[in-house]
Amino acid sequence: MAAGILALGAPRVPALGGALVAGALAALIMGTLAAVAWQAQGLAALGPWDWRAVRFTLWQAALSAALSAVLAIPVARALARRRFPGRGALVTLLGAPFILPVIVAIMGLIAVFGRNGVINETLRAAGLPEFSVYGWQGVILAHVFFNLPLSVRLILQGWQAIPAERFRLADSLGFGPADTARHLERPMLRAVLPGVWLAVFLVCLTSFTVALALGGGPSATTVELAIYQAFRFDFDLGRAAALGLVQIGLSLAAMGLARRIAIPAAFGAGLQAARGPAGPRGWRVAADAMAIALAAVFLLWPVLAVTAAGLPALPALPPEVWQAALRSVLMALASALLALALGLTLALAIARGRGGWIEAAGMLPIVASPLVLGTGLFILLRGWVATDMLALPLTVLINAIMALPFGLRALIPAARTLQADFGRLADSLDLRGPARLRLLVLPRLAPQLGFSGGLAAALGMGDLGVITLFATDSPTLPLKLYQLMGSYRMAEASACAVLLMAISFALFWLFDRGGRLA
Amino acid sequence: MLEFRDIAVRRGDFTLTADLAVPDGARVAVIGASGSGKSTLLALVAGFLPPDRGRILWQGRDLAGVPPGERPLSVLFQDQNLFPHLDVAQNVGLGLRPDLRLDPAQRQRVGEVLTAVGLSGHERRRPASLSGGQQGRVALARVLLRARPILLLDEPFAALGPALKAEMLELVGRIATQTGATVLMVTHDPRDAARFAPQTILIDAGVAHPPRPTRALLADPPPGLRDYLG
Repeated sequence: MAAGILALGAPRVPALGGALVAGALAALIMGTLAAVAWQAQGLAALGPWDWRAVRFTLWQAALSAALSAVLAIPVARALARRRFPGRGALVTLLGAPFILPVIVAIMGLIAVFGRNGVINETLRAAGLPEFSVYGWQGVILAHVFFNLPLSVRLILQGWQAIPAERFRLADSLGFGPADTARHLERPMLRAVLPGVWLAVFLVCLTSFTVALALGGGPSATTVELAIYQAFRFDFDLGRAAALGLVQIGLSLAAMGLARRIAIPAAFGAGLQAARGPAGPRGWRVAADAMAIALAAVFLLWPVLAVTAAGLPALPALPPEVWQAALRSVLMALASALLALALGLTLALAIARGRGGWIEAAGMLPIVASPLVLGTGLFILLRGWVATDMLALPLTVLINAIMALPFGLRALIPAARTLQADFGRLADSLDLRGPARLRLLVLPRLAPQLGFSGGLAAALGMGDLGVITLFATDSPTLPLKLYQLMGSYRMAEASACAVLLMAISFALFWLFDRGGRLA
Repeated sequence: MLEFRDIAVRRGDFTLTADLAVPDGARVAVIGASGSGKSTLLALVAGFLPPDRGRILWQGRDLAGVPPGERPLSVLFQDQNLFPHLDVAQNVGLGLRPDLRLDPAQRQRVGEVLTAVGLSGHERRRPASLSGGQQGRVALARVLLRARPILLLDEPFAALGPALKAEMLELVGRIATQTGATVLMVTHDPRDAARFAPQTILIDAGVAHPPRPTRALLADPPPGLRDYLG
């Protein structure tokens, strides 16, 4: 068989590479999950505390998703039917939370909603009870902060997918806003909202960093956080694995649900549609302005607050923060390059139409959560390698794998177009191997490669997940920031957050820009 | 000689069979209704599509398993004959070395063929800055440079106006003469067939018929062709 493949010559190589990468990916993820399942020995190790974490995980994900989706409706409607200066920038900005490091956003939310934030100062001055940013309400606040923008973008796509002719027809029939809502908008929302809810639900199901920083305790521990605690504090690998098994089960169940409900594509689709419907006049103009302003303030205020707090302390950051920053940049670059190499190999093989299983393998990381993968790889590797050697390489590897599905979403359609437009021409000219990569694939796919690489680099830069499992004296920048928060050095932590945010956005911008200029 | 021996392709409702031979240096039009399998016939020769049955032979050698780039032929497609991100000289140079590491002598050859198609001085231009006719000439310059013994034309000039198309066919004729190539040209225009190709393969009802003299065929078309010509 192997000899047969080789005898067929070079045109088969990308498919072979794709099969190899897909096979390795599947083996890694399935093998890791199998290690977790084997170690778990069933769910007997789980106590009432753990089942509480399961219930909380489901409850907070459901509530976060519902709040995000419902609050997004007025904002998306306002953005769909109003045109104003800065609208395009605002819609672009709605994509930014995707690459905003979670720990930075948490710093921002603490700056606004924390004990000494403006909200609580005002509440105290008015003699009202304070709002605590810690606990379940903080977890949900942070989840809405991250997922409201995503939901707005998804619902906005739904609005813009309603043909303009239909709005014109509504106008010509003399529809009022209530009629338009009934005949045009509500049917669209009924079709789009379940997918939006599910998309957010899936994200919140594997929430770790938010729960780590704002949650904890009996009433706000997610399964991911419980894995971390079992692993790190109780050294109870069996319980960590049993919890990992539960997390896998939750993800699989949610994926099963996703097969029934179409999840809309999260980004990239054209948001720059021509003129939308003319919005109704009167008090609804003010209401729309209010919705947009509130959403913008809710999203920008925390980021601006942490920036204001952090900028002055930036020059005084201790050298170990800069070392951590350099370490994180190198790791993010390694992760991005790995994700690009894996993603490009898979996308090219998929574009050549080799087997749906390759595509399935590429999407497999969605089932696995970083902490479950980390636990599993620790179980597999602990006899072989010193565990403190594992922290950084495993973080790079897992971040690359977790970024893969997002990158593939951009790369697969582009690779298909490339294959359809130029595949036969390249084949007929015997353009293959490294020459094909250099002269055809890299130049044609540069924009998508830049975008995917930027996503992977920014996600890797900001990730505070699997690294927390391992004791390490060489922390990444997000871990350093978390440590500073833990020792209440908030000025330094804010400065660290500014640095982290700046580097994450800069990495994305450099890759994306570089890809588009190439 | 290019031989189709007992060839059959089946894709759902679509079938194509061919059992015919094309002599060396012949210029043959391939004519038939749209969807009849004209492009499929070329794809079989080019190696983009393996036949379900039968063999394709060139000078007695079976082409099965030979990758498209190693077959003794050049192809011009309906569109996308040039890479838009490469300049004219690079697009032509690919015909000599796919990795474009050309030595000075090869570079000079690229200049010569560009002169031959009337495009000297356009080396550094990108395809997007050329007219449709000029783009066709760049692709033909590459065909000239590769000088493969078979040339497959899958309606590459269909988008051009009649005068320009005639000019391009004339250029194809010159290049074919110069390289001694056997030409298979898909067309839906009987005038192109009459002008360019002394022989014609008619594809009708799933069968590619052996080449017949074009004039005779068009003067007395069989029923399938008569329906198509109207």
